[in-house]
Amino acid sequence: MKMVNLTIDGCQVEVPLGSTVLEAAQKIGIEIPTLCYEKDLSLATACRMCVVEVEGNKKNLPAACAQPVMEGMIVHTNTPKVREARRMILELMVANHPLDCLTCEANGRCKLQQYCYEYGVKESSFTGERRRFTVDDGNPFIERDLEKCILCGLCVRVCDEVQGVAAIDYSDRGFDTKVTTFMDRGLADSPCVSCGQCVYLCPVGALTAKPSKGKGRDFEVEKVPTTCGYCGVGCQLALNVKKDKIVGVTNLPDNHNQGYLCVKGRFGYDFVDSPERLTTPLIKRDGEFVEASWDEALDLVAQKMAKVRDEHGPDAIAGLSSARTTNEENYLFQKFFRAVIGTNNIDHCARL
Amino acid sequence: MELVRAHILVCGGTGCTSSGSKAVQEALHRELKKQGLDKEVKIVETGCHGFCEQGPLVIVYPEGTFYCQVQVEDIPELVEEHLLKGRILQRLLFTEPLTQERVPHYKEIDFYRKQRRLVLRNCGYIDPEKIDEYIARDGYVALAKVLGEMTPEDVIEEIKASGLRGRGGAGFPTGLKWGFAAQAPGEKKYVVCNADEGDPGAFMDRSILEGDPHCVLEGMLIGAYAIGSDEGYIYARAEYPLAIKRLKIALAQARELGLMGDNILGTDFCFDLHIKEGAGAFVCGEETALMASIEGQRGMPRSRPPFPANSGLWGKPTNINNVETWANVANIIRNGAKWYGQFGTEKSKGTKVFALTGKVKNTGLVEVPMGIPMREIIYEIGDGILGDKKFKAVQIGGPSGGCLSEGQLDLAVDYESLGSAGAIMGSGGLVVMDEETCMVDVAKFFLDFTRAESCGKCTPCREGIQRMREMLQDFSEGKGSLEDLDKLERLAQTIKDTALCGLGQTAPNPVLTTLRYFRDEYEAHIRDKRCPAGVCRALLTYYIVPELCRGCTACARVCPTGAITGKVKEPHVIDPEKCIKCGACMEACRFDSIILK
Ligand SMILES: Cc1cc2nc3c(=O)[nH]c(=O)nc-3n(C[C@H](O)[C@H](O)[C@H](O)COP(=O)(O)O)c2cc1C
Ligand code: SF4
Ligand code: SF4
Ligand code: SF4
Ligand code: SF4
Ligand code: FES
Repeated sequence: MKMVNLTIDGCQVEVPLGSTVLEAAQKIGIEIPTLCYEKDLSLATACRMCVVEVEGNKKNLPAACAQPVMEGMIVHTNTPKVREARRMILELMVANHPLDCLTCEANGRCKLQQYCYEYGVKESSFTGERRRFTVDDGNPFIERDLEKCILCGLCVRVCDEVQGVAAIDYSDRGFDTKVTTFMDRGLADSPCVSCGQCVYLCPVGALTAKPSKGKGRDFEVEKVPTTCGYCGVGCQLALNVKKDKIVGVTNLPDNHNQGYLCVKGRFGYDFVDSPERLTTPLIKRDGEFVEASWDEALDLVAQKMAKVRDEHGPDAIAGLSSARTTNEENYLFQKFFRAVIGTNNIDHCARL
Repeated sequence: MELVRAHILVCGGTGCTSSGSKAVQEALHRELKKQGLDKEVKIVETGCHGFCEQGPLVIVYPEGTFYCQVQVEDIPELVEEHLLKGRILQRLLFTEPLTQERVPHYKEIDFYRKQRRLVLRNCGYIDPEKIDEYIARDGYVALAKVLGEMTPEDVIEEIKASGLRGRGGAGFPTGLKWGFAAQAPGEKKYVVCNADEGDPGAFMDRSILEGDPHCVLEGMLIGAYAIGSDEGYIYARAEYPLAIKRLKIALAQARELGLMGDNILGTDFCFDLHIKEGAGAFVCGEETALMASIEGQRGMPRSRPPFPANSGLWGKPTNINNVETWANVANIIRNGAKWYGQFGTEKSKGTKVFALTGKVKNTGLVEVPMGIPMREIIYEIGDGILGDKKFKAVQIGGPSGGCLSEGQLDLAVDYESLGSAGAIMGSGGLVVMDEETCMVDVAKFFLDFTRAESCGKCTPCREGIQRMREMLQDFSEGKGSLEDLDKLERLAQTIKDTALCGLGQTAPNPVLTTLRYFRDEYEAHIRDKRCPAGVCRALLTYYIVPELCRGCTACARVCPTGAITGKVKEPHVIDPEKCIKCGACMEACRFDSIILK
């Protein structure tokens, strides 16, 4: 691989040809603010927060997320000019934004808030027209408040490029541009599968997970890594737990599922605290279910299966396993039927 | 071949068509028939002559007599005088505004004398719907030369040597661009003609396509051969129906003669073209947005690199050029790079077509050698300011360009000089403004355009143009402070520095240049609450001139706020505190006694 040497803020770095300035900076721990960049997705180069100064470029301040590295390039990521440009961009965003941080779900994890803090933008010095939209809350899991949207386009790209659904896209032009569904019908009336990838990536509070609303800010929750119990893919996820209650689910990137989840893994956790949930085995005695220990229950099942096998032969028993179990569990299941029970009557609900 | 004794050229460009040239043409047919001249005189419908303002235009050859503003009623007299009696019909000749002299010949009119019509050489001379007429003017000779005698490398070298630069705005050297696309790895390559022409008021590309479509096709064929492409697109705005119709006819005729399609002129070279009609978004003229639009996606620009030469249409190496750039190619190949090099300046070779509009006496399409002083375009070709008012500014480059003032009148019109003055060559819009133009108002006008045309993708352009526009609105109402001017300048500079595509990067130019050359005018609005040009309504007051007022009470009766008082038959007065500046009184006054001041 051909390597390229460049200097960023006085530090030498060597990266493969074809890398971007942002990637090179990340390699040596230099932070460049980004709002529309996500390494798994195509480039939008839309927010312009990542602008940097490149020596010799008198024309403009290029976006680090898109600027390819060049041999001998000298980059400055934090000059007064760069900071002034970023401040101005933040001011422009804030001028068109409801500063609702007090009640906003994104408070504490919002990148706009974070950068405004870092660049000292308290409010915008621009007054004037602000976009007005009604909140789209038809979907049971996702709420969209477009007044907070900064049009980074991450939701549009993840929906298309990762989920393959393309339920949302840009419409209108200029100041009126917005992200919307086909014919503005709202998420509930769109092909959206409620996977919530968009909610996770939204850098601000424009997209919220409805079941988590009001239940805890990002900094209040403990993120407990776990494996989704719904299917054999075994997606890794982070249960957001506050005071021993699950209040939401967020991505755990850098796993085999790259953090992405489906509607069940992301939103289907309410059963955990359901009062109807079984917590011990039940055995029917005199027509009534009564609580029993695992030993009692397993003994009973073993005894009954043995009886059927002895009286009617092993082929009188069949096993059907679930797609929610893992490969290893399925392996053990068929082994048990073939070797212990002695039948080939074994099937799986996902056998297509 | 039929032999005729005279040709009557009737302009069929969009300008003349809208001033009634079709009816004139029909009247000519009728009259010739009536006089029994239809066998010896031939009528030819041509493309645009550029002098649309004087249309409908009729030129009679072999003399080359130039008649303007010809109406249907003039036809019997014209035919009788010129074609039967052999006398020039004086009253339809062009009158030189300066000398009041009637000028019979095309070439002697000031408007044409200073021009160098290379790209437009066929516009107005040939029938654009007949390939034979193009061929008769050495059309497709350059293609034959290229296919017969030149390697693709030779072609690229020749274009490089000519110094031709892109006419779509940025002025990138065309030969260099072709070289990149030729070197880019890949079997499949595309060539694209950018005929989006979205600048308000510009019609250079439209006139070329309407008047000489084959020269664009020939240029594209040559370019395709040079870079190794077999397929191309012309992206033309759907608002150009006549251009599209003529392109389609030209394509069909070229295919029929084996000049387009497989094995062109019996060689191995194969190439064909699609015409894609764009829906008329200005941003779709930006090359990456244009290609997204051809692919059927939303016309939004993307970051470059990768440049189209490496990854363009459907990710394939693509060479995109402007209509006028393509239209230069055949001339260069036919006459050689050296011949081309005699026009223009050291770094800006050749000619440039401009749409000259605004407050000049002669408006229209003009082709001038690069490097010509701005003054010559305005005062010699344009014949000076309308109504002999004072020159104030000239806006060059459309909404992406800048406003230059009196001090820049002697500036050479070439890429470098314009750039250093804060303007750009652009695609060729040239709007002249007189003393009655308010520069704050002009900046507002251009921002209205870019605000609506921004694609909305990147923050500085989407949000920033809106805020600049709002600040200008405040200034035009006398609001704001002098510090706000610096703030506006800083905002404009940030947008220029950080926007994703050329639209946002250039949209602040009208603001920055007016601030640079006309800052005092901004200050007058803010500090003195006065619009020196008398344009910004909020700073004007309605006033009844007592000497003219007859006391008819008409104004007082229509005023919705009761701001006007006065006794019958006595002069009335407007209370500026109550007046909401609706203008109803001014319309109602039959004695012109209400003025704005
Ligand atoms: C907002 C915007 C609008 C543009 N519109 C046009 C246009 O209408 N026609 C055109 O030829 N080029 C236009 N361009 C320039 C093209 O992107 C591109 O540079 C040009 O077509 C290249 O051709 P050239 O090298 O022959 O000039 C536009 C650029 C921008 C940024
Ligand atoms: S999106 Fe961010 S900046 Fe906006 S209100 Fe919410 S927390 Fe505040
Ligand atoms: S929830 Fe999933 S499918 Fe729905 S819009 Fe978001 S990314 Fe697309
Ligand atoms: S909703 Fe969120 S993710 Fe989507 S464009 Fe707006 S800010 Fe970006
Ligand atoms: S500069 Fe304007 S037109 Fe260009 S990408 Fe940004 S928003 Fe779109
Ligand atoms: S992160 Fe580079 S433009 Fe948004």
